Amino acid sequence: MYAFAFQRPKSLADAVTAIGAEEDGKLLGGGQTLLPTLKQRLAQPSALIDLSAVPELKGITEAAGGLTIGAFTRHAEVAHSATVARVIPALASLAEGIGDRQVRNMGTLGGSIANSDPAADYPSAVVGLKATVKTDRRDIAGDDFFTGMFETALEPGEVIVSVHFPKPDKAAYAKFRNPASRYAVVGVFVAVFGSEVRVAVTGAGPSVFRLPSFEAALAGNFSAAALDGLTVDADGLNADLHASAEYRAHLVGVMAKRAVTAAG
Amino acid sequence: MANPSGIGASVRRREDKRFLTGSGTYTDDINRPGQTFACMVRSPHAHAAIRGIDTAAALAMPGVVAIYTGADMAADNVNGLPCGWLIHNKDGSPMKEPPHFPLARDRARHVGDTVAVVIAETREQAKDAAEALVIDYEERPAVASAVKALEPGAALVHDDVPGNLCYDWHLGDKAATDAAFAQAAHVTTLDLVNNRLVPNAMEPRAAIGEYDRATGEHTLYTTSQNPHVIRLLMGAFVLGIPEHKLRVVAPDVGGGFGSKIFHYAEEAIVTWAAKKVGRPIKWTAERSESFLTDAHGRDHVSRAELALDKDGNFLALRVHTVANMGAYLSTFASSIPTYLYATLLAGQYKTPAIYAEVKAAFTHTTPVDAYRGAGRPEACFLIERIVDKAAIELGIDKAELRRRNFVPKEAMPYQTPVALQYDTGDFAKNLEMALPVVDYAGLAQRKTDAKARGKLRGIGFATYIEACGIAPSNIAGALGARAGLYESAEVRFHPTGSVTVFTGSHSHGQGHETTFAQLVADRFGLPIENIEIVHGDTNKVPFGMGTYGSRSLAVGGSALVKAMDKVERKAKKIAAHLMEAAEADIEVKDGKFSVAGTDKAVTIGEIALAAYVPHNYPLEELEPGLDEQAFYDPKNFTYPNGCHVCEVEIDPETGVTEVVAFTAVDDFGRVINPLIVEGQVHGGIVQGIGQALLENCVYDDETGQLVTGSYMDYCMPRADDVPSFTVQYHEDQPCTHNPLGVKGCGEAGTIGASAAVINAVVDALAEYGVTHIDMPATPQKIWQIVRQATPAMAAE
Repeated sequence: MYAFAFQRPKSLADAVTAIGAEEDGKLLGGGQTLLPTLKQRLAQPSALIDLSAVPELKGITEAAGGLTIGAFTRHAEVAHSATVARVIPALASLAEGIGDRQVRNMGTLGGSIANSDPAADYPSAVVGLKATVKTDRRDIAGDDFFTGMFETALEPGEVIVSVHFPKPDKAAYAKFRNPASRYAVVGVFVAVFGSEVRVAVTGAGPSVFRLPSFEAALAGNFSAAALDGLTVDADGLNADLHASAEYRAHLVGVMAKRAVTAAG
Repeated sequence: MANPSGIGASVRRREDKRFLTGSGTYTDDINRPGQTFACMVRSPHAHAAIRGIDTAAALAMPGVVAIYTGADMAADNVNGLPCGWLIHNKDGSPMKEPPHFPLARDRARHVGDTVAVVIAETREQAKDAAEALVIDYEERPAVASAVKALEPGAALVHDDVPGNLCYDWHLGDKAATDAAFAQAAHVTTLDLVNNRLVPNAMEPRAAIGEYDRATGEHTLYTTSQNPHVIRLLMGAFVLGIPEHKLRVVAPDVGGGFGSKIFHYAEEAIVTWAAKKVGRPIKWTAERSESFLTDAHGRDHVSRAELALDKDGNFLALRVHTVANMGAYLSTFASSIPTYLYATLLAGQYKTPAIYAEVKAAFTHTTPVDAYRGAGRPEACFLIERIVDKAAIELGIDKAELRRRNFVPKEAMPYQTPVALQYDTGDFAKNLEMALPVVDYAGLAQRKTDAKARGKLRGIGFATYIEACGIAPSNIAGALGARAGLYESAEVRFHPTGSVTVFTGSHSHGQGHETTFAQLVADRFGLPIENIEIVHGDTNKVPFGMGTYGSRSLAVGGSALVKAMDKVERKAKKIAAHLMEAAEADIEVKDGKFSVAGTDKAVTIGEIALAAYVPHNYPLEELEPGLDEQAFYDPKNFTYPNGCHVCEVEIDPETGVTEVVAFTAVDDFGRVINPLIVEGQVHGGIVQGIGQALLENCVYDDETGQLVTGSYMDYCMPRADDVPSFTVQYHEDQPCTHNPLGVKGCGEAGTIGASAAVINAVVDALAEYGVTHIDMPATPQKIWQIVRQATPAMAAE
């Protein structure tokens, strides 16, 4: 690690001020990506603004017919919350499948979506559940939040406060995990809101994306069989040691069906 | 009453409390007064000429104590790291042994090759200065694959090693083998790869060098499986330090799996540099360095051919293997694909003729050396895969084909055509024990049930044998070993009857502090709490060869028995004196020395007291004290063997393989601690499953960069990747030539498991026409097979 200044603000206002004052500051959530990056000397921020003591960023509440989850809520808290299990069980199940126990005990919702890792799990839920990302200055629609690989709509110094997830009629997340890292090689989040069906895919492309053809097919007939014969174009999908673009395209179909079946 | 801590008792490991509560002392836990920190500067290139190193800016950085390069070591006449085993080519000429300098001198030959060392007051300061070092590299073409390295025109790793060929070696009777093939009714051919692995011990390597100006003594604390071997190699061959002025300490060591056998550059660098800077120097590997510099394992490419008669009897086996040595010869690298591999190619079978050729190649990759099993898993994988393929081709049941070709127990001792003589083994019994446990008869139903769930179920056997208890020194020496392979032990009774045992073996996860203490408790009827096992410090223990090749109990335990024999012989004389009886009348049982036919008896504790307070003692005949040392050189290797059976279910939609059942029936000879043995088997199986399904060390063939350089891409097995294992053993074939009858169990799981898993995967995929799949059988690989086969099946 290179040397950096360390601050632990006690309020959202102080956090916003602190990050605004730094030329190259970084907000520290659970640190599950940032700290390994620093340890490998791949980044040299001027300061880390640790958000762990900011009360406004914490907590899981049932609100407006859905869930509002503070940005500094750890994956394990979401996974084990009785409220989440009751209102949107698919979200609890997604959180329980992130990384490993150590990662889940440290990593946070806000940190995950701010990083916009193409293989992270949460982006699929933010898009699939029509969530709204609330920051210190505005509300951002989930559909507009992720703008590319490791890129988001966040402005410099903008702090995520919470994410509001509307309650779907039903939803499920199916993930094909990378056997080594346990990130999503392909993760598909399926949600039903009345006549609307959303299918959001993570892991397969540079950033989370929706599948309109799958959504249309499922809107008419919400069953795995409705997806028979539908394919995903491998062009533009990610490819690495573990999965070619063609394999990922195939897995999107398989995971979508499994998510539909799990949603019931 | 049997001793609750004696032989055969499942005593819980005494050392685990300190390991599990964070109170162990590992090398990195040790801090010496005035200690500095070293950062090894690694080549980012697989192959580059080092045209110059400008240290000026780095030396001016805060906290920098010194920076050294290969030129500084050359000026001090530091030699290269030696290779401990000389292999001869087919024509009798010696193998190529290019020098392996601790700090590269003119050329970097693999990513991670050590080019300079920066020593500073703190770790971070050393790293900062390392980044400021200006190294003028001129990149050169690189080759990572051993097969490609042997092709004409390949980039040369060492200018004076033509064609990158380290050696071209063979074993067995070529003429007899060729003749058998000419007569064969059937020949099965199999091309296979044994994938390269990264050892991944939990504790990264570390070393602390220290020099005492007052006494002229050097001390090296290091993560080693064999401190005396390091002292010998580094002192005598690399740095020229006489052994009485060099102490090597290997304290608690967090796993080795072979990778901590070898003498590494960093050990020599910190020992040498500590004298130059006059302060202790600590180096601890980061995990990324471990990936790049711990000696890797396996990496064979082979063609195997098995000749059979019309009844499925094996007539001959012919094997051609290319083995990757990496950029330099690591300490025992040359012996692994030769004497620890080809000598095992008979397996459990009475194949009358075997011929093996092995070409070893230098490449621009991390050196490759022994990794758990070391040559024997490669041999087992090859044999057990080709036997399965032959069974499929001939339409013979896989268990039956094995049964038909086993060396029968009546044939023991059995001389194989590839040098080894098996002393005992009942291979049919292992198989017959396993078949009902795995419900072989119910397999067809399980396959049908799986199919109904959309899964493909398969079963795989591996009937393995290995050679452990390394090794009879005279035989090893005749085969090129540059060291003896005995072991030492000292049993020191204290005046009040407690015991300290000093062993040349080294425990880094094996549980010696428990098992060895059980041997003493059993012999002398002592509670285990009264026995301490000391190992890992060349200033404390007699010269020993350390722990690898499942040798500790068979060789080190035997040395301990010999030392206990000496103690008992002396104790008998003392007992006879104390009880005024003839020595011939003294009977010994569980540490009690009694006069035959009387109720007179003394305990070993009373004898020890008499020996150290010799007021009533035969001083004219016997020296005081009760402290005996012994060395044991084995008469033969030991031959653990067994039958491993794996069942898998494959999801054809995703290609994911689940290991649903794994059964191991093993013959380890006599078992001292069943609990520890079971743990060793579990760990070994997990590593074998890891190789078969998950782990793969991949280099970019163009650039020589390590693609799988972290746990993001290198997949270690986790608890949820494996099922609960069924582990059984029998003890009716004890080793015939060591006093305990033990064979060794440390590597068996790894040796049998990978073949059993892949055989099960191939069986599950049989309907797709699959006859082989290279490791690891990843989901993507299996999906591709299924996808390519599916249209053809649909068309049928």
